[in-house]
Formats: sequence, C-alpha cells, structure tokens
Amino acid sequence: MTAETLVFELLIPVAKIIAVILYPMIMVIVMIWLERRVVAWIQGRVGPNRVGFQGILQPIADALKLFFKEDIIQREADTFLFNISPLLVMFSSLLAFCFVPLGESFQIGGYTLNLWVAASPVGLLLVLGLSAVGVFGIIFGGWASNSKYPLMGALRSVVQVLSYEIPIGLTVLTVVFFSRSIDLVEIVNHQQHGKVWFGFLLPVSFVVFWISGIAETNRAPFDLPEAESELVAGYHTEYSGMKFAYFYIAEYVHMVLVSSLVVILFFGGWLPPFPNIKFFSFLRVIPGFVWYLIKIMFFLYVYVWIRATLPRYRFDALIKLAWKWLVPLSLANFLVVVAVKYLL
Amino acid sequence: MAFKEIELNMGPQHPSTHGVLRLKLTVDNEVVLSIEPVIGYLHRGMEKLWESLTYPQIVPLTDRLDYLAAVSNNLAYVLAVEKLMGLEVPKRARYIRVILTELQRLASHLAGVGFMANDVGAMSVLLYSFQSREGILDIFENYSGGRLTVHGIRIGGVPFDLDKKLTAMIRKSLAEIPDKIQDIEGLLNENRIWKHRTRGIGVISPEEAFALGLTGPALRATGFAWDIRKNIPYCSYEDFDFEIPVLKGGDVYDRYLVRMEEMRQSMRIVEQALEKLPPGDFQAKVPRSLKIPPGEVFHTIESPKGELGFYIKSNGTDKPERVKMKSPSFINLQSLELMAKGNLFSDVVGILGSLDIVLGEIDK
Repeated sequence: MTAETLVFELLIPVAKIIAVILYPMIMVIVMIWLERRVVAWIQGRVGPNRVGFQGILQPIADALKLFFKEDIIQREADTFLFNISPLLVMFSSLLAFCFVPLGESFQIGGYTLNLWVAASPVGLLLVLGLSAVGVFGIIFGGWASNSKYPLMGALRSVVQVLSYEIPIGLTVLTVVFFSRSIDLVEIVNHQQHGKVWFGFLLPVSFVVFWISGIAETNRAPFDLPEAESELVAGYHTEYSGMKFAYFYIAEYVHMVLVSSLVVILFFGGWLPPFPNIKFFSFLRVIPGFVWYLIKIMFFLYVYVWIRATLPRYRFDALIKLAWKWLVPLSLANFLVVVAVKYLL
Repeated sequence: MAFKEIELNMGPQHPSTHGVLRLKLTVDNEVVLSIEPVIGYLHRGMEKLWESLTYPQIVPLTDRLDYLAAVSNNLAYVLAVEKLMGLEVPKRARYIRVILTELQRLASHLAGVGFMANDVGAMSVLLYSFQSREGILDIFENYSGGRLTVHGIRIGGVPFDLDKKLTAMIRKSLAEIPDKIQDIEGLLNENRIWKHRTRGIGVISPEEAFALGLTGPALRATGFAWDIRKNIPYCSYEDFDFEIPVLKGGDVYDRYLVRMEEMRQSMRIVEQALEKLPPGDFQAKVPRSLKIPPGEVFHTIESPKGELGFYIKSNGTDKPERVKMKSPSFINLQSLELMAKGNLFSDVVGILGSLDIVLGEIDK
C-alpha cells in the first residue's frame, strides 16, 4: 500500500467521519450557549457569563455535571427500551449529518476534497427518513418510563411528528420538482445555475417547511411534548444523567439539521448571495462553508427568537394548524407550482 | 388508541401549581373529567398560633400568608383590630397605607400576570413583569427593610413616614411601569396563540361565581362589579377617583385584562394619594401593652387576590381569643373544578394561573 492510497483511502474518510460527529456537537455547544445568552438578552437578563469567555464553556460544564449524575432506571421501567431510546434519538440525528453536505468541493493539488461523507443520489429522502426515525426514540422512551407524564408527552409527540411530516414531504416535492434531483448537492448546484434561490422562487414552500420544521423538532411554540408547565418535562421526565443529556443534545442536533435543510433547499446552501451577478462576485472571497454557517446560524437564531416571544400552542390547535392549514396549503402550493411550471 | 380515563397527579411538586398545591385529576385523553385540589402542604397553624401572641405580634406573621401581597394582609388585620378598639387613625397614616397597599396590588398583579403567561408558555412576559415588580420591591425595601415580608403597617398607623427620597422613588417607578405594562400587552393582547389559549377557557357565569363566593379580579371578569374599595370604602378610599374595571366574559382572557386595567387604576390612586398627602402625624397613640375590651369584629378589604377578611374575638386580655381569616385564594380555588371541567389538560395550568392563588394564604 502506498502512502498516497493510505491517505486517500483511509485517513481522509476517517477524518471525515470524525468531523461529521464533531461538527454537530460543536454546533450544539454554540447553540446551547447562543440560546441561553440570546433569550437572556431578550428578557433583560445577563445569562451565563462565568465559565470561559462570555460563558462559552457553559454547555461543557453542564455536560460534565450530567456525566457525573446518577443514572436512575425506575423499577417498573422497561429496561431495554429505556436504555435504547436515547441512543436511537441521538444517533438518528447524527447519522443524518453523513448525508448533509457541509460545503462545496475543494481542489487540493490533484485531489478533490468533498465536504460530505456520503453523497447519495437520494440524500434528501435519507435525511428526512432518518430524522423521522428519532420519533421512535421518543415513543419508546415515553412508554418505557412507565409513568404518566412521559406517556402523555410521547403520545403528543407521535401525533405531532406524524402530522407535520406530511406538509414537509409536500413542500420538499416542489423543490425537487425544480431541481429534478433529490441529491442535496445537486439541489444546491441547481440553485446556482437556476439563478435564483428556491426560497424566493417558492416562498410558500419555504414558510410551510420552516413552520413544520419547528414543529418537527418539538420547539416553541410547538414544544408540547415537553411542555414544562403542563407535563413537567414530557417524554424525558424520568431520565437522568447522560441519558437525559442525549435527549437534550439530540434536540439541538435536530435543530441544526432542520436549519441546514432549510438553507440547502431554499437558500442556496454554501452559495454566496447573488451567485450569478458579476457585481457581487467579490462575495466569493469568503469560502462557501462560511456562508453556509452564517445562514444556518441565522435560522438557529430565529428558533431562539420565536421561543422567547410566543406562548405555547394548545394540542388541538396544533393539529388543526397542520391539517386545516398547512396540509391544504402545501397541496395547493404543489398544484400551482406544477401547473405554472408546465404552462410556462 | 384505547386510552381511557387515567388518574393524573399534579403536584405538590409540579412547575405550575404555584407552590405546594396538589391536584388530583381524572383525564380522558387530555380532557379533564374532574379535579380535586388537595391542600395543606404549607399548613403552619397560623390561626392557632395567633391565639398565643399579643395583638402587635401578629402583624408580622400576616406577612407570611399571602407572601406576594404582604402589606394587604397587614392592612386587613390591623383595620380589624382598630375597628375593635374604636381607634381613629390619622389621615396621613391612612394615605400612606393606601399608597403602600396599592403599590402592593401592582406588585402582586405583575407577578400574577407574569406567572399566568409563563404557564401558558410566554416566558418572556414573566421576566418583564418581574423587572417592574423589582422597582416596587425596592421601594418597600427602602421603606421598612423588607422586600417580600414588608411589615409595613402597625396598629394605629404606619411605622415610618414617607420621606422625599421615597416619594421620588415611587414617582420614578410610576413613570416606568406603564411602558412595561404596554410591552406585556403588546406581546399578549392581540397574540393569536394567547387568545386561543385564554378566550372562552375556564368560563364561569356571574351566578356561579357569586354562589361559590368568588371575589377579586376573577369575579369582576364575570361582569359583577364588586370591589370593597368602592362598595364599602375603608382607609379613605372614598377620597380618590378611580374606576373598577369590569368585563363580561368570565374567562381567562378577561381575568388577565381586568388585572392589567387594575394596575393602571392602582397607579392612578397612588398618584392622587401622593398629590393629596396631608401633613400631620403618621401614628396614633396606642398603649404599649394593648388590651382590647371583650367583643368581636369582622372586617374585609379588597386584597389583590380578592376579599380578604379577619374575624377577631377578644376576651379582654392582650391576646385574641380567636382569629379567623377569610382568605380569598382559598375560596377562589374552589371554583377551579367548575372552570376546568371539560377543558383540556393544558388549560388547567392557565386557569389555575388566572385564579392567581398563593398557597401561603390557602394553607395558613
């Protein structure tokens, strides 16, 4: 085996795999810190500012604390499902990142470095599927706890995720219709050739996708499965220590995933603004993945902003919103897009 | 899915039972079938304890009843004692009492609205209202040294006079609070989610409210204009020009609106009282060893939570023979089942928040 094959066949793939695990984790740390600081800022508080520079190490301190906590399993709990569900939630969202490209390809010497682990021709389907697998973890976790509040949280979660999968699927279809591919890299490339980002071409799809995305990640104002004023902590009430941390981290990983999807599907992924206008070509100086990160951070910020502003939906209103508004809207949107596309 | 009636235990350790209240709920797929409040987790035997204390010693203990409205409790007890003694309190003392209790009402309503919004999920509102409340607590701290347990009223008057510094602080607070209230109203009043969570939820008719003895903002939200400050004025309330907000809906939304409007009216009263503050003594002559001739008395005031009354029976010694308290939170809590039956489980916390109960007062 030559040194060259060793590097290309072994080291780079291993490095990529490590990066795919590290990248969401670092994003989670930044996100937890950002959320706590921004919410504090909106509410006129200070927020964590003691651990590290401006409290940036606070999430690590939290994780360390949870690491040393006692791992409690209730006597009446179903031990196997109880143990497996945090892993299921965590790894379904981490696995999805294998198929999410982090930026465009680089040319280093003669070697093309792709910033993704697995470019699948059906990447979009895989990502959506994997992110939906996580709900099994929530159901199992809520059921295996053998307790009433987690069970109610889990039941809410099932209905919520099932309802909001449909508008997500329907809006993604409109994007796929334009890009003629369900490969995430292709979708971004098409936005470069197609001269306009899909978010501006298909505003209705974007809005429906974003609302459903927030609901799918169980975030405010749709955080019913873990509504702390009603269900104490929802499906993870009985969890402690690192298992609780897994649920907690998975929620943030999922948020990063949905934000990445929004950016890739609707806002040109790693493309700088106005990719085809000569005048703005100086924006290309900034590397693609930086643009990508900026856009993701913007949507993560919106998550926090919404959380600090809005009250929580009630369960029936949440389902009504999905079935009476979002599903018909996305269906109509799909039909209009198809009709316009074929008539023109 | 076969998910029939389950019995759900809410509290005494639950994020939104406002203390150590326990609710035994029966729910059928999130629809509430019955609620049974279980109280007594904070029982300290106050009424019995008072029988072994002298009249002035009881005043600081009343702080610990409704700990969000300590001055109102002081006032209710002290007024009952003064009525029993037949003591005339100087006008300046009465005005200072009005200022303190109205500031306390403001603080209590701010906390009540904040907690209620937090229960419904709007967490920023709680922080905004607590910022305004902080200013009022600072006034109390400068007045008597206590922030939560103020002990701001004594038998025969008030312990301290209002000086220039304190008057300036009150005026500054009054200038700042309307902006904060407007912020809260801007976040909630026309918010679709908030309206959906509160309108038509926990409805109670005026007849039912009257039958249950509901008082305070919850009663006025049903269209029943009953406020002791207006109907049976005490403490020179007849000198001030203010309105009693009354709404007809009887739901959570109207209870919230009534509280918001009452805060504005409280600020009006404080402003007028500061303006008209008469010169003179702030403390009547009260014997050091207070012995009250035998007799009994009942006196109620309008506390932020509702109608707060004290029944005192004296036997001629320096200690009361019996003190009975009519606590508004205790009576208002009884209407919870009527309000919440048939609503969703999520609404129970909102309805409970809109009743604005304090467990210290319920359990005594």
